[in-house]
Amino acid sequence: MGWLLGAVAAWLIGWQINSRLARRPLSRATAFAGPVIFGLTVILIWECLVRGLDISPVLLPPPSQIIQTFGASLPLLWRDFVQTVVKGALTGYVLGCSAAVLLAVAIDRFPFLKRGLLPVGSFMAALPIIGLAPILVMWFGFDWQSKAAVVVVMVFFPMLVNTVEGLSDTGAMQRDLMRTYAAGYWKTLFKLRLPAAMPFIFNGLKIATTLALIGAIVAEFFGSPTKGMGFRISISVGQLAMDLVWAEIVVAAIAGSAFYGAIALLEKTLTFWHPSQRGRM
Amino acid sequence: MRNVLPILTIVLAILAIWYASAIALNAPWAYDKAKRANIELSATDLVRDTWSQKKPKLPVPHQVASEIWDTTGAMVLSGRGFSKRSLIYHSWVTFSATILGFALGTVLGTLLAVGIVYNRTMDLSVMPWVITSQTVPIIAIAPMIIVVLNAVGISGLLPKAMISMYLSFFPVVVGMVKGLRSPDAMQLDQMRTWNASAAQTFWRLRLPSSMPYLFASLKVGIAASLVGAIVGELPTGAVAGLGARLLAGSYYGQTVQIWSALLTAAALAALMVGVIGLIQRVTLKRMGMA
Repeated sequence: MGWLLGAVAAWLIGWQINSRLARRPLSRATAFAGPVIFGLTVILIWECLVRGLDISPVLLPPPSQIIQTFGASLPLLWRDFVQTVVKGALTGYVLGCSAAVLLAVAIDRFPFLKRGLLPVGSFMAALPIIGLAPILVMWFGFDWQSKAAVVVVMVFFPMLVNTVEGLSDTGAMQRDLMRTYAAGYWKTLFKLRLPAAMPFIFNGLKIATTLALIGAIVAEFFGSPTKGMGFRISISVGQLAMDLVWAEIVVAAIAGSAFYGAIALLEKTLTFWHPSQRGRM
Repeated sequence: MRNVLPILTIVLAILAIWYASAIALNAPWAYDKAKRANIELSATDLVRDTWSQKKPKLPVPHQVASEIWDTTGAMVLSGRGFSKRSLIYHSWVTFSATILGFALGTVLGTLLAVGIVYNRTMDLSVMPWVITSQTVPIIAIAPMIIVVLNAVGISGLLPKAMISMYLSFFPVVVGMVKGLRSPDAMQLDQMRTWNASAAQTFWRLRLPSSMPYLFASLKVGIAASLVGAIVGELPTGAVAGLGARLLAGSYYGQTVQIWSALLTAAALAALMVGVIGLIQRVTLKRMGMA
């Protein structure tokens, strides 16, 4: 009973603090503190409910146990992280995104191809590409190469569509100005059109970060060596070791947010001139 | 309409590359067979063999098409359209989980968006987590959701729908928050001069003006929903559904079956996005927005 009351108390206190915060003018501190307090409240309620209602740890382990397992199996988690994120997702991400940008620049010279490829590309971007995973695992074997291949295919089309769109985001006036400067195709590309396309390219890169991790993890469900986050999750679920599954999910969450954050930070430094970035704290 | 020719060109190019890669990828096996049978392969024999192997590395489009026809149209003609071997049955299983999850996700997302727009505390504390939740490869949880819900006695459609719901609610929240905030100060002031209540402002101004945003998010959401349903079928051990067909195909090396399930899933996605696009066009037209 005590734990249940604790859950209610945690909810009330957390909500009180946040509604106080919300009434203040929005500043950097409140924008940061609000979500953090909300997250802590949820974790507290989770802990209290699991203990209070006597939920079996096989179904839902309390956060304290997850943290313990996380700390106890760091070497294991690190090995899985390297296998899935560094080898699988990052390799595929770099290959897929650069291939897409290069193809977009190449296509951009031929308006005929562009008119055809843009609808086909947007169509492909909406398809359940993840279904290619079993085929690519068959082609490239069980190790990280096949995971990287899945990631390449998954990030390719969103990236392509975004880059093609970005490259056409220059006004006739701007291009005329480049012409009056006697700039050739390559000069115009590097000095005007690629920089102008940057916000679109970064939009694609940000979408691709999540896709890359999803692709690498799901591809491991179709077969992998005895390491990797997707492998560990599917094996531990079978052994009902839910605390280890949650620990892997924590790793995935941290990796995903850090990956996204890194790209967002890069965007901020590279496209500081763009209206959407100006005036932001 | 002027895009038809370029699109056709691209599609033809893809088909040509597909057939050519099939020759390259399946050739080793064809040579292997020929060597064992002690015959010399001519170029035409090679092409014919690589395009008609039983378990090719890459099946060619017409092989996949005939497999799809055998497991859909042909089975309907013989009156077994809904048997467990038919792709129509598997598509239906996946489709129902997708639609249920999509409906739940849309309702949840809309409610959350209304809360975020009307309550500053929620805006401050929940919105950042909604965004963070998408940088997390949440699909990793899919196997666990299935197993845990199974353990408490919920199985079948609902666990898969939960995963679809999780994937589809995000675009709806983000789109609806944007949409519900899209009326400008002038329009809101106009409502105030008419002495409109909060409910009236919501139903007559905010909700109608959010419709274009809603439909844009629904299109993204239903595609994500289908991915969720397919991934949700993997850990249950290949029972039914398009994801199960993919998994079973990969267990037994049935590449033609994998490709036919994949193309069916693609067609399903295209169909659902198309239907939403149609509803969008009709609705927005009747509302005088398109």
